[in-house]
Amino acid sequence: MISVVDVRKVFNAGKANEYIALDGVQLDIEKGRITVIKGPSGSGKTTLLSVIGCMARPSSGRIRLSGVSVEGIPDDEGYVETTSLPERFLTQIRRKTFGFIFQQYNLVAGMTVIENVMLPAYPTGEAYSAVRNRAEDLLKIFGLYSRLDAKVQWLSGGESQRVSIVRALINNPSGIIADEPTAHLDTKLSSEFMNIIESLNREGRTIIIASHDPVVCESSVIHRVVEMRDGKVIR
Amino acid sequence: MNSRIEIQRNILDFTLSSLLRRKTKNAVLMVVFTIVVFMLASIIFFTNAVKREAVAVLQNSPDIVVQRLSAGRHDLIPADYIKTITDMKGVVSVKGRHWGYYFEPAASANFTLVVPDDGGEEGRIVAGKGVSRTMRAGDGDILPLKSYKGEWVVLSIKGVLKSDSELVSSDLIEISEKDFRKIFGIPKDRFTDLSVTVRNPKETLTIAKKIKDSFPDTRPILRSEVLRTYDSLFNWRSGLLLIIAAGAVLAFIIFAFDRASGLSAEERREIGILKAIGWETSDVIAFKFWEGLVISLSSFMAGIILAYFHVFVAYAPLFEPVLKGWAVLYPEFRLVPFIDPFQIATLFFLTVLPYTAATIIPSWRSAVVDPDQIMRSQ
Amino acid sequence: MILHPAIIALYLSSFISVALLIYSSSFAAMILRKWDIGSGSELQLSLERRTYLISVILSYLFFFQFLSLFLFIYTADNLHNLFTGSMCAAGTLNVNQYGYPVLVLKIVNFILAGVWLIINRIDISAHDYPLIKNKYSLLLFVAPLMIAESALQTAYFMGLNADVITSCCGSLFSSDSTNITSEIASLPSLQAKAVFYISMTLTLAAGIVLCYKNKGGLLFSILSLLSFVISVAALISFISLYYYELPTHHCPFCILQSEYGYAGYYLYLTLLCGVVTGIGAGIAGRFSNIKSLAPVILVIQKKLIIASLLSYGIFTAIVTLKMILSDFILEGY
Ligand SMILES: Nc1ncnc2c1ncn2[C@@H]1O[C@H](COP(=O)(O)OP(=O)(O)OP(=O)(O)O)[C@@H](O)[C@H]1O
Ligand SMILES: [Mg+2]
Repeated sequence: MISVVDVRKVFNAGKANEYIALDGVQLDIEKGRITVIKGPSGSGKTTLLSVIGCMARPSSGRIRLSGVSVEGIPDDEGYVETTSLPERFLTQIRRKTFGFIFQQYNLVAGMTVIENVMLPAYPTGEAYSAVRNRAEDLLKIFGLYSRLDAKVQWLSGGESQRVSIVRALINNPSGIIADEPTAHLDTKLSSEFMNIIESLNREGRTIIIASHDPVVCESSVIHRVVEMRDGKVIR
Repeated sequence: MNSRIEIQRNILDFTLSSLLRRKTKNAVLMVVFTIVVFMLASIIFFTNAVKREAVAVLQNSPDIVVQRLSAGRHDLIPADYIKTITDMKGVVSVKGRHWGYYFEPAASANFTLVVPDDGGEEGRIVAGKGVSRTMRAGDGDILPLKSYKGEWVVLSIKGVLKSDSELVSSDLIEISEKDFRKIFGIPKDRFTDLSVTVRNPKETLTIAKKIKDSFPDTRPILRSEVLRTYDSLFNWRSGLLLIIAAGAVLAFIIFAFDRASGLSAEERREIGILKAIGWETSDVIAFKFWEGLVISLSSFMAGIILAYFHVFVAYAPLFEPVLKGWAVLYPEFRLVPFIDPFQIATLFFLTVLPYTAATIIPSWRSAVVDPDQIMRSQ
Repeated sequence: MILHPAIIALYLSSFISVALLIYSSSFAAMILRKWDIGSGSELQLSLERRTYLISVILSYLFFFQFLSLFLFIYTADNLHNLFTGSMCAAGTLNVNQYGYPVLVLKIVNFILAGVWLIINRIDISAHDYPLIKNKYSLLLFVAPLMIAESALQTAYFMGLNADVITSCCGSLFSSDSTNITSEIASLPSLQAKAVFYISMTLTLAAGIVLCYKNKGGLLFSILSLLSFVISVAALISFISLYYYELPTHHCPFCILQSEYGYAGYYLYLTLLCGVVTGIGAGIAGRFSNIKSLAPVILVIQKKLIIASLLSYGIFTAIVTLKMILSDFILEGY
């Protein structure tokens, strides 16, 4: 469970170009469910995801995560408050808790599929061979095993998307955060993506997707749609 | 603990693959770095080796050399000074020495004529390698020298000097006392200077003072003094060369700083991705650290190895033009290879340290990009 | 003034260190005034990012300081030919009044930089950075010392005058002159050995107590600092004699030369390592009551104690072995 309490995110505070991207967001996201955040462009979806996903700190308000344990961070009643943690600790939590899938795939060109997939595990200190085995297993599941040593720039859009999903799963996170994951996919690939999401959810992962793609928002597999406008949750 | 090593291993792994992915860009940097190290290392190796040679030669020079000065100019010293000095307490022996410079107009070269300790064999000489080379005369050949009166003194070469240190012996001619006096027109009771051997090195200074007191027209020169002069001369020379080379180092540092701060869009995106997928700022800093270490250490090593070959195997061909100015008889150096940790440490300080310092801030700057930035770049 | 490549190198490194430190100090001052970990403001975020830079700078500085300490001694050693009466670094350092102060400051700054890194390491292992103010106050304390070191070093090299007749290890560290080092040298060797072994034993005992009872952190710090000083004195007083196999040569520098297999380097290395981790361990103990540090502090402290005791242990072992295996018999001199 993730609870977001009265979170504000202000860019360029105190300057002429001050911008309030999140304005008192109040939201509970249930564990093990698929939640979609929907809203027009500029409404703050990406900002909210980055704040929830420990990528950025809110200007004020609190975010509490349950089921997280990181050395040196106190938790009360099973919750960890991430709001005032320094980046160093936020990153540790993020690595364990969330896998990220981006609109742009964001694979590192020039590296092979397997290297890209293993990248998030490098700073965890896990043994190389263990990570490699897990990566190969995951690539098999996603039908990418034959492309193991291909450079990522030669992959098709759908393959790239699946590589980025495997990369998000490599540290075995309990949650997946996806920002506009289907923006570059056609309808068929988009619904395939939703099938993958469903299977990940069935493994017990909490999934949060920001999207205004009807294939996602109207999909039967999702549990809840949250609507945003001008930095506020309206429904 | 173990996992911390594993983290660094993984990051180093990534660093290497990232360096390989940008081969050309990094190769340019490394080549420039290597050239800078090569230059400085050549200067340091060369001056140190030459200094060692000179010191080695001076090591067997006499404790005190006594010269006579008249009107501030070096003059021949009378033989009867020998007796007085020998009688001084603490003096083991005093020898009169003959040596002088001879100008050979045909080759426009200067030779150093020396009478060996055993007095030499009349009519025959031993020539240094440089002499033999310039005059195209070897074993058994005839070498005529013109005396101060303009008469020819015909000498035959009975051997060519073989010496480790060509720097000093190259222009040498060992000649008999008689021939020497004939060429320079030196009276029987005069020597070029005197060499004094002292029993206890600690008394050298006292004895020198005593000589100066007894013969106010002499100038005693201590070996330690000469050594010291040589030492500081060579230190100055290499220091000066280094300061001249400092311009190159500075240019390189600016170049490296520029490189490190002006990341390409590609590299920026890559670091953005790393941060977004869970690399922490200090992981990226570690990546940048390894990158700098690999680049600087490999360039450093390459530069040093190249300099070693340049100075000790190829005998510093790049310095030849500079050194040729020193003497017409340019000796073909056979420098004894010599490198100590001190020289390496100095080189490290002069090259790797400023490079590292110049890249600290740029690499930190590239490491602190917002992790969520990548989600917005379209 | 002498223009030697190594002197240029030392100038360069001290210039770089001072520049980096002044840069860091300005942020240290800002952090001391504006730090507020609970705030999500952009200022706080940018300060937090600065802390990474300053850690990196200090790590490099620690490394540079370490190298420059040895390069400095090595340079002094290398230049001894230039000064009448000088046989090794001892004489060159004695050419003017700045030589020894520079050496002492170099050691002090090295230790301080090491302690800073230890405090930093402890600090960043807790989520609220509880030692941030201590850390940056210490940095502001180190900066002037480093600047002083650099200034004195410049004065020292500028004042190196080849005409000076200096006195070297023969007289500086001999038993017949009347300064502090010669008093160390003239200590009867049995007493000196006793003091050395007692101080090492006490440090060991304090370390064990600190490790298991978590008591006496300050004492351990002081003892490890004392052990460092006493060990250097012991080097002058009797250890060096076993290396030189001469009953009167008490020099702490000659031992760094290649004739003695660079033995000095690992001896001094273990000592420096011992004192930095030792002081660090004691300081770590002082923070054990901070709540957020509680889960990690004892682990870190234990590691530091072990590192310190191990370093001193290796030093003692090497020295003891040398004394046992050497044919040279000291007692009676
Ligand atoms: N670093 C920043 N500085 C200033 N303004 C920013 C910054 N990041 C985001 N914003 C602004 O915050 C607002 C919300 O951005 P966000 O990316 O969260 O919107 P979004 O809902 O994801 O839109 P889209 O559907 O187009 O992706 C935008 O107007 C954006 O311009
Ligand atoms: Mg968006």
